[in-house]
Amino acid sequence: MDRVIVTAAGILTIGWIVWFFLFSKKKQYRAAVSSGIQEVFIRVKGGYDPDVIVAKAGKPLRLVFKREEEASCTEMVVFGAFNKSAKLPPYEEVVVELLPEKPGEYDFSCQMGMIRGKLIVEE
Amino acid sequence: MKEQIIPSATTGVSGEHKGEVRIELPVTGMTCASCTATIEKALASMDGVREATINFATQRAFVSYDPGRVRVARIINVIKESGYDVGSEKITLKIKGMTCASCVRKVEDALKGSPGVVRAEVNLGSESASVEFLPSMTTIESLRQVIESTGYRTETEPSPTREEDSKTREYRTLLRRFIVAALISVPVIVVSYPKFFPVLKDMDMETLRLLWIGASILTLPALVYSGSSFFTGAVAAFRHRAADMNTLIALGTGMAWLFSTVVVLFPGLFPENAREPYFDVVSVVIALVVLGQALELRAKGKTSEAIKKLMGLQAKTARVVREGAEVDIPIEEVLVGDTVVVRPGEKIPVDGVIIDGRSSVDESMLTGEPLPAEKQAGDEVIGGTINKTGAFRFKATKVGKDTALAQIIKMVQEAQGSKAPIQRLADTVSGYFVPAVMVIAVTSFVLWYDLGPEPRIILALLGAVTTLIVACPCALGLATPTSLMIGVGKAAENGILIRNGEAIQVASALDTVVLDKTGTITVGKPTLTDVIVKEGAAEQDIVRFAASLEKNSEHPLAEAILQGAEARGTVPSEPGDFEAIPGHGVEGIVDGKRISLGNRKLMERVGADLDLFEKDSHRLADEGKTPIFVAVDGRAAGVIAVSDPLKEDSVEAISGLKGLGVDVVMITGDNRRTAEAIARRVGIDRVLAEVLPEDKAREVKKLQLEGRKVAFVGDGINDAPALARADVGMAIGTGTDVAIEASDITLIKGSLLGIQAAISISKATMKNVRENLFGAFFYNTALVPVAAGILYPVWGITMNPILAGAAMAMSSVTVVSNANRLRFLKVR
Repeated sequence: MDRVIVTAAGILTIGWIVWFFLFSKKKQYRAAVSSGIQEVFIRVKGGYDPDVIVAKAGKPLRLVFKREEEASCTEMVVFGAFNKSAKLPPYEEVVVELLPEKPGEYDFSCQMGMIRGKLIVEE
Repeated sequence: MKEQIIPSATTGVSGEHKGEVRIELPVTGMTCASCTATIEKALASMDGVREATINFATQRAFVSYDPGRVRVARIINVIKESGYDVGSEKITLKIKGMTCASCVRKVEDALKGSPGVVRAEVNLGSESASVEFLPSMTTIESLRQVIESTGYRTETEPSPTREEDSKTREYRTLLRRFIVAALISVPVIVVSYPKFFPVLKDMDMETLRLLWIGASILTLPALVYSGSSFFTGAVAAFRHRAADMNTLIALGTGMAWLFSTVVVLFPGLFPENAREPYFDVVSVVIALVVLGQALELRAKGKTSEAIKKLMGLQAKTARVVREGAEVDIPIEEVLVGDTVVVRPGEKIPVDGVIIDGRSSVDESMLTGEPLPAEKQAGDEVIGGTINKTGAFRFKATKVGKDTALAQIIKMVQEAQGSKAPIQRLADTVSGYFVPAVMVIAVTSFVLWYDLGPEPRIILALLGAVTTLIVACPCALGLATPTSLMIGVGKAAENGILIRNGEAIQVASALDTVVLDKTGTITVGKPTLTDVIVKEGAAEQDIVRFAASLEKNSEHPLAEAILQGAEARGTVPSEPGDFEAIPGHGVEGIVDGKRISLGNRKLMERVGADLDLFEKDSHRLADEGKTPIFVAVDGRAAGVIAVSDPLKEDSVEAISGLKGLGVDVVMITGDNRRTAEAIARRVGIDRVLAEVLPEDKAREVKKLQLEGRKVAFVGDGINDAPALARADVGMAIGTGTDVAIEASDITLIKGSLLGIQAAISISKATMKNVRENLFGAFFYNTALVPVAAGILYPVWGITMNPILAGAAMAMSSVTVVSNANRLRFLKVR
């Protein structure tokens, strides 16, 4: 009997892990537009907050990162598709400016690729 | 809009007098006393200016004007229009903390009202102020102070030292956390293995249980203090629906502690043989992983040594001539055009051109060239290099972020932050890695529980915990970036700038290097070597004809001919009806004669018979010289030869490249015979000659179609398309021009030896990356299943969770240490 319970619980847990980490929908954050520039403030602490950013194509995008921790994992943010990266000194605001031209989904991450965010560029 | 009254641009004092303002402006560019009259007249004729006087000795203009009718900016414009300049400079300062339009006004007014400010505009959107100011009257630092006095902050570049501080702090924190966890581990281990310790071994179960409850409480600080970052990190990641190393360690140690605590508090819930706690796993694993993190951090610190060295090269102050006197000013305030004074043993602060004096300059820190370079008037000096023997003055040409050093630092930083294509696999894997490990851990738990021997619950728990702990996503993530950082840094130390990780990866797999001849294999400074004329004709005349035609030409050979003419004492005259025929030469009328100057094709075109010069021209070409024919009125009259000397290390560099197994191809617009002669001398087998500049890219493409991975090496000036077309474009830089756009790799030092070094470093870096990736993949794919218990059914082998913790801690340290080996790579 206990075996059945453990097995069932295990299968449920596995299902939940797969759904939660890989398939659940993340909250999206739309970049605010002021005087033609889109801007997002991103808090960096164990992750990017917000980590899914929606922006419009063709408009300059200012991403203001502030790393609120000293753990070195997050000391760099890399936008592979834009060939841009920035060092994030702790407790300082660092601006990354991009011009998203083509609509699509672009990942950004820490240098090791462990902490990730996504930039969704819409038409 | 009515103009507001602006106080004196130089003194800050409002000189208002009956609605009139008097300002004082420094004027530059006045060479004689008569210049003053020109400016005075121009100013006085302005509407709204009552009086304008110029003091030539102090180089000052005193202007009394009605601010209601004219602006300072207009006055400055008038001075500029009359051909002089007010010594003003423009800068942009970043301002933080402005929230509204009224802040803008406040800052703007404060700037405008401060001495030395000519114009100030503050932009809320870009959070910056652009200020035109008189450097002779104020400094950037005092402008900052003005802004800060209004309550806002000016932004400065993040300094490397502060970053350093935060690293040291993190390292210390990690060490403290390790020590706490390690100290806790000692008593916890003792009570966890009572049968090995004399007094404990004889204790009854009840007393032991009390000790275990004590251990449960004792391990709490290990969890909440030493292991706090795992838990906060795991929670932060969880909120983002993500999981990382923190999640794994937090889950593993958390599960072990929770289970153990339940066991000691409610032993009745568990079978007789499953009532032992595992607090030792909690504290020891945390201690080991934290120690691993500390070691990793320290090892990682070494990976950015190269960039730190580069940043340390920047001088802090510069001695410049201002107002006729030498003053020491902060490096940020040196302006383009400043005259900078450098004494022996001093660091050269910014880029510039020597005005007078001579010295030898140690440029090894930027170019990797060990021998100091001799410099004299007219030569370029690079900021950050060290003046050895003499004193000199130079004119600053590049300052701030435009200096070669600043650009090198920027390029190296960008490259270090970029990704190599090889990393994509690791990136993809690490996205799924942690959830996958969790799934394996759950599976392991279920299988142990369902099928394992007694005590099933213990073995199930240990299987899951060990799986979570042994997995090391960090090793995977660290593998490529750390090696890349060191590789790029190592290259920079040797005067090689690599644009990004992709360039390193492609450069490591090159099999063909195409070298441009002029300026790459050769020095790029041709000289006129031979003049051969038809019997009866004067050598002087032929040279003069040639020089006259080349007078207005921009062809690289033109200068050689002109200098040759000068050396022979002939004076070129103005050609008439001048025409340049691309790929052929030039034509024009000199002294009423139609002169044609160019290659064989041109001679055929004008119908000149070359029989007379056939032998000579072949001989010249075989000597590696470029023969140029001269025809007068359609008749061959002479041949002149121009030769570009080889760079002294070209031969060595080319044999070195061959030693790496790379095919070397020479490409040139020069005639085949000359090209082949030069190729023979430097040891190149394949020559692409008579290629028009615009066809170089096509030739590169042809080689690529042969299935080759091609590097094109050129000077980056007119071969940008070929550089871009090649798999790796390498630009041979000269002096301060380091950021050559089209190139993937820039060789700061003009030598070809840099190509071999760049390829060697790339190869070594990629080898290191592969070792790391292999190690990280192998480690994880081998140990995760073992930890889960895959070897148990056959051999009865399981993994101790503490051993798993040690392996995990060591794996990322190993990756970083392996990458650090690259630092000791011997280049060449």
